[in-house]
Amino acid sequence: MTTKIVIGLDGTETGERAIAFAKDLAERIGTCELLVVYVIEWSPFTFQTPEENALRHKRREEEVELATTRIIAPAVDALKAAGFEAHGIVRHGDVAETLNKITVENGGTQIIVGRASADGFKKRLFGSSTQNLVMHADVPVTVVN
Amino acid sequence: MRMLKQFGAFAAGAFAAGPALAQEAPGLDEKINQAFADFTGPFVSFIFAPFPGTGFPWIVGWLVIAATVFTVYFAFVQLRFFSHAISLVKGDYSDPNDAGEVSHFQALATALSGTVGLGNIAGVAVAIGIGGPGATFWMIVAGLLGMASKFTECTLGVKYRNEYEDGTVSGGPMYYMSKGFSELGLPGGKILAVLFSIFCILGALGGGNMFQANQAHQQIAGIVGDYPGWITGLVFAGIVFAVIVGGLKSIASVTEKVVPFMGVMYVLAALVIIIMHADQIGWAFGQIFAGAFTGLGVAGGMVGALIQGFRRAAFSNEAGVGSAAIAHSAVRTKEPITEGFVSLLEPFIDTVVICTMTALVIIITQQLIVDPATGNYMLNEAGNAIATVDGNTGVSLTSAAFGSAFGWFPFILAIAVVLFAFSTMISWSYYGLKAWTYLFGEGHTKELVFKIIFCVFVVIGAAANLGPVIDFSDAAIFAMAVVNVFALYFLMKIVRQELASYAARLKSGEIRKFGH
Repeated sequence: MTTKIVIGLDGTETGERAIAFAKDLAERIGTCELLVVYVIEWSPFTFQTPEENALRHKRREEEVELATTRIIAPAVDALKAAGFEAHGIVRHGDVAETLNKITVENGGTQIIVGRASADGFKKRLFGSSTQNLVMHADVPVTVVN
Repeated sequence: MRMLKQFGAFAAGAFAAGPALAQEAPGLDEKINQAFADFTGPFVSFIFAPFPGTGFPWIVGWLVIAATVFTVYFAFVQLRFFSHAISLVKGDYSDPNDAGEVSHFQALATALSGTVGLGNIAGVAVAIGIGGPGATFWMIVAGLLGMASKFTECTLGVKYRNEYEDGTVSGGPMYYMSKGFSELGLPGGKILAVLFSIFCILGALGGGNMFQANQAHQQIAGIVGDYPGWITGLVFAGIVFAVIVGGLKSIASVTEKVVPFMGVMYVLAALVIIIMHADQIGWAFGQIFAGAFTGLGVAGGMVGALIQGFRRAAFSNEAGVGSAAIAHSAVRTKEPITEGFVSLLEPFIDTVVICTMTALVIIITQQLIVDPATGNYMLNEAGNAIATVDGNTGVSLTSAAFGSAFGWFPFILAIAVVLFAFSTMISWSYYGLKAWTYLFGEGHTKELVFKIIFCVFVVIGAAANLGPVIDFSDAAIFAMAVVNVFALYFLMKIVRQELASYAARLKSGEIRKFGH
């Protein structure tokens, strides 16, 4: 049976470390599929102007396109070039919740993410996405420093 | 809604923008106003004409009758689907694959920020001040009925919107008039759409812009002291320009986040005041019910209370006007009717909740003077309104009621009014633009022309004493309702088909909640 590992990227260099760790792990496991995921932070409960609403569909397409070409596609291509079986997914939502949901939907056995490098008032107050993921994920989570 | 004819007249008389301009150019503004009034007078008089022998404007009757017809035609949809509407807003029925699109909550919040404002703060005070506590009862009745009008227009707004190749959307009454009528094989849809668009542009420039700028200036001048209105106008126009022309989204985003916060804070403050006077809640409701059917001595008795309640509710929640159909049409849904369900919460929140809160605070803090001998309300010297503590009317009555519990609240209220005015301008700049592009076509230069005109009107609105212009812009907004409701009567059978189909699929389990 193929083991499926989910790698959560955030567009920073910590993601590179998460990929490196996942590659190492996949080589050890043998038959392993890598699922590279980028979640665009989004909430259905924000307030927007009428014009923002009218343009939203267009913006969403642009955001998905940008995340795919800049982050996911290069990562998947690099993994494939290195001989791994890899796929990519881009989705909007709460980062921790969505990453966990994608993992469960796709039968992933574990999640690997980089430690969030940013710091600030909001993260002190609400915790980072990584912390939320570790707290609530349904599968084991590895946080790469 | 903030386009309050009566409050506009009150504001024009009670506040100081007019005299400020008059000092700079004595007589000129009066000449302009007079010329404008002469030109637009017949139209204004027609829209606000009362039914013969009553003081009841026919336009209010038009909206209330429409709301009643839709309520009966859709078999009390506002009651049957109320909890379903809340589930939709919570996202229970949203496809996770649509994450990142405009949610039901966002469409509702955007539409609400265009309706919650001066109507809820000042309009209610006018209704209670003239019609007595009983006006609250009729306001709630009208709000509940108006939910069916919103449901009808917003369902159609989503169903017949234009979705362009680049992913943007345009929707609203002008689109369902032209497309819906042609689908039914009816003539005249295009003519109605053009008429609606013209009134929408005029309403956007007037009530959605000049009146807001004018009121914002009054509030600021009330705090910092009197100064020329054109200064406020230029600052506001600069900010509006930066947002709608310069694309400075951060200002709009901040406003859109602060306005709901202000709204919630307003309701919470009202709740605290009501709880502080918990022993009088029963008495206050007693006054509302007694006043609804007896008038409790107000001018015009029970009918006076009814007129004021219906009128202010219609003016506050815009049900039937068609503006909400533009705001709601951006939502991402495969079922247009779901946005109709969500939109019926709008008059409920605006009128049944927020307006009632304002009314209860005014009643419970005993701003209205009661004759101890008869238990009836005492009239003012002119005999046309209830006498109030310190003689307050309109927004100052609401301000005094909240201020009696929290001394600092009038300042918060003034800030809220300014922010509500700004968010309303942003909303109406969009509604006006959609009508403009419907008439003249989409395109950068064409859109820029409207946006610049809009900004110029901000300055004019803040600077001048614009009684006749406000009357005219109010009339234009209600003229939107004449055209819109007329079209809705023809198109409502389409909504009924959608409703029957959706209800059947909901019952069979074909439409079900997504596991979130």
